[in-house]
Amino acid sequence: MSLIKELDYGTPIRLSEDEVTLTIDGVGVSVPAGTSVMAAAMSMGTKIPKLCATDMLEPFGSCRMCLVEIEGRRGTPASCTTPAENGMIVRTQSDKLARLRKGVMELYISDHPLDCLTCSANGDCELQDMAGVVGLRDVRYGKEVANHFETDSPLALPVDTSNPYFQYDPAKCIVCNRCVRACEEVQGTFALTIEGRGFDSRVSAAGVSFLDSDCVSCGACVQACPTATLMEKTVVEHGQPEHSTVTTCAYCGVGCSFKAEMQGDKVVRMVPYKGGQANEGHSCVKGRFAWGYATHKDRITKPMIRETITDPWREVSWEEAINRAASEFKRIQNDYGREAVGAITS
Amino acid sequence: MADGATRLFIPRDMAALALGADGVVAAVERETAKRGLALDIVRTGSRGLLWVEPMVEVETPHGRIAYGPVSARDVADLLDADMLNGGAHSLRLGRPEDIPFLAKQQRLTFARCGVIDPFSLEDYRAHGGMAGLERAAAMDAAAIIDEVKASGLRGRGGAGFPTWIKWDTVRKADADRKYIVCNADEGDSGTFADRLLTEGDPFTLIEGMTIAGLATGASKGFIYSRSEYPQAFEALQRALAVARRRGVLGASAAGSGKPFEIEARLGAGAYICGEETSLLESLEGKRALVRAKPPIPAIKGLFGKPTLVNNVLSFAAIPWIMANGGKAYADFGMGRSLGTLPVQLAGNVKRGGLIELAFGATLRAVVEEFGGGTLSGRPVRAVQVGGPLGAYFPERMLDIPLDYEAFAAAKGLLGHGGVVVFDDSVDLAKQARFAFEFCAVESCGKCTPCRIGATRGVETMDKVIAGVQTERNLNLVRDLCEIMTDGSLCAMGGLTPVPVMSAITHFPEDFSKGSRLSVAAE
Repeated sequence: MSLIKELDYGTPIRLSEDEVTLTIDGVGVSVPAGTSVMAAAMSMGTKIPKLCATDMLEPFGSCRMCLVEIEGRRGTPASCTTPAENGMIVRTQSDKLARLRKGVMELYISDHPLDCLTCSANGDCELQDMAGVVGLRDVRYGKEVANHFETDSPLALPVDTSNPYFQYDPAKCIVCNRCVRACEEVQGTFALTIEGRGFDSRVSAAGVSFLDSDCVSCGACVQACPTATLMEKTVVEHGQPEHSTVTTCAYCGVGCSFKAEMQGDKVVRMVPYKGGQANEGHSCVKGRFAWGYATHKDRITKPMIRETITDPWREVSWEEAINRAASEFKRIQNDYGREAVGAITS
Repeated sequence: MADGATRLFIPRDMAALALGADGVVAAVERETAKRGLALDIVRTGSRGLLWVEPMVEVETPHGRIAYGPVSARDVADLLDADMLNGGAHSLRLGRPEDIPFLAKQQRLTFARCGVIDPFSLEDYRAHGGMAGLERAAAMDAAAIIDEVKASGLRGRGGAGFPTWIKWDTVRKADADRKYIVCNADEGDSGTFADRLLTEGDPFTLIEGMTIAGLATGASKGFIYSRSEYPQAFEALQRALAVARRRGVLGASAAGSGKPFEIEARLGAGAYICGEETSLLESLEGKRALVRAKPPIPAIKGLFGKPTLVNNVLSFAAIPWIMANGGKAYADFGMGRSLGTLPVQLAGNVKRGGLIELAFGATLRAVVEEFGGGTLSGRPVRAVQVGGPLGAYFPERMLDIPLDYEAFAAAKGLLGHGGVVVFDDSVDLAKQARFAFEFCAVESCGKCTPCRIGATRGVETMDKVIAGVQTERNLNLVRDLCEIMTDGSLCAMGGLTPVPVMSAITHFPEDFSKGSRLSVAAE
């Protein structure tokens, strides 16, 4: 078993009866009209570097890692915000693009703590991945520059641990706005915003702690975060999971799909699964975070039956329990009519 | 109004007010009352001769006679010199239209500014106002746009994009609502044309926007002004109220049978709100983050509807074009830069102010003929054109013509027409640092090159200025400029390298530590 890594097309799937055909890095590809150049590239397996884009959210165009060259167009447009068009000839790699991406990454890393080995996102960090992809080897801006991570920096903010399930570490924020947009677009709560402008910009729960904010702890922001800025406390404590299983939430009747991400037989976190048709990668606080019952000592893990309400529960085999339920349904229907049996689910 | 009383024109423009125009009015009232003189004081906008503000004009049988700069304590002396009949005085400037600074201009957009009472529709009409709108009201939308196309008008906000294409895109967009938005968030340092026009001739803007409404099918317009311009905002409110009352705006705008209404809004002091998509976000009540394009505002703009966003000067050029024909406008200018450009001359200059010129005049004419050289009397060393994101040109490049293409070829931009003059005491390395600093302060913080790059630019320029590994850090600045130019989301980060690289290219001697100082010391 291994960790299930879901494909990220960078921008949401667009449905259209019209198809457009374009050429990306010399290869022809057809996609539904409205599809971004980034998603079109991904549909043929070409991953254009990205940080602010994810297919759970509308394109935003802020990180400037996904720049491409398009024949006949000026400059280097962002592939996430550029819709694919018929006859477009796109290059995702060139010396110039490589230079731009590396330059942008150099800027990111000039305001990022280099503590990857002890970071909770180590091994699951898009910033780390992209730094690797662009081949950044040197940050020339030097030390003693304005930053948000050194404890004595006037811009440094404390880690917000007020939410019981996840923490917010502003030192690691790359201001991609994915959390803010997830809160707006996926959850619809609008609890998050960016405070300050320019270099001072930082994610904020509208000026109060996460716990005191309008946040409903759905976890969409944590899932959207490409770094360790918003991170499940269980991952901070236990480390990254090593395998996962797709399962259905045990709570209500909606039937949300989750990836149970585990270390051995221990759940490290529950992450909503994009392939789940009931929830399409989103969930509520219960399935996302309130799974402590899974290993609770009071959890009932074997079927039990009792003859009357005054009898003690008695552990039985699954076969006996199911047979018992079936025979009782039949008995009651026999005695009181077919419609005497009903079911309630939630 | 006293019948037959002499009319005196005193500006209420922000610059004139800052220089004591209200004090002059009070002194005139006091002194004329003392002398039993009947007087009708008309508060106007400014003609844009800022070095002689407050410029007071008196109506005489031989036309208006100007005096300036007039201070409150000059008033008694002026009245003694028979100013009310155009009497001689050391402050007498003569007929305004004969003052070379004005006489050598081609005033189309600013023809009425400083001349008329900004809130009198009669005065406006008497000076040619409303003729364009009345003509447009009887035309169909496509014909109006053809006229704009014939004029060759390009966006005066700075981008120089053909105005008619934007208009036609909005006209052809299919939507239940469309908007006209006027960008009056004039934030470029050294620019003041939008303010002068809004304070001195607001009906021209209203007329231009209303014509745009008729041409595009939009029924609602917004003017996005700025908190730093309280007089301009007040002037807009007053003029809009008059326009509504008189049926210029309303259910049948100017009798066209089509509805058009305009609302003025006030920004809260962010430069980035002058960027059109950021402005739209702000108008929607949101944090002013720049939007990625596409979609362009003409397709999906304010509240998701097709929106025409133009600068004050673009809209203000329209009434003249509609009244006199696009062809007549296109007769001014050169190449693909047609019509006139209201240049705003500021900085270290003898005669600063508004200079509306046909494209094609040289930068040297602006600085030397109109400006009269530096105020300090020292040699001109650098001229920055196009606001804080424009290039610094050395004196030897002043023969460049005012022309979008010529400026682009010189790796600069005309922008909104701001021209700021520096003498030989300027340190261009510090100006390059300032360009980054301006960007760092005003960045919306959305895209990485601008958000982090501007701050790194300031820090790296500090190292260059301090002589720390100068060549290495200067190369880093050059690399950073490439990232910002090609990587930024909007023109804020994308054009910040223009002043930086122009300073490095044209004034390399300022970028090696102490070289100028050591030369001076030798």
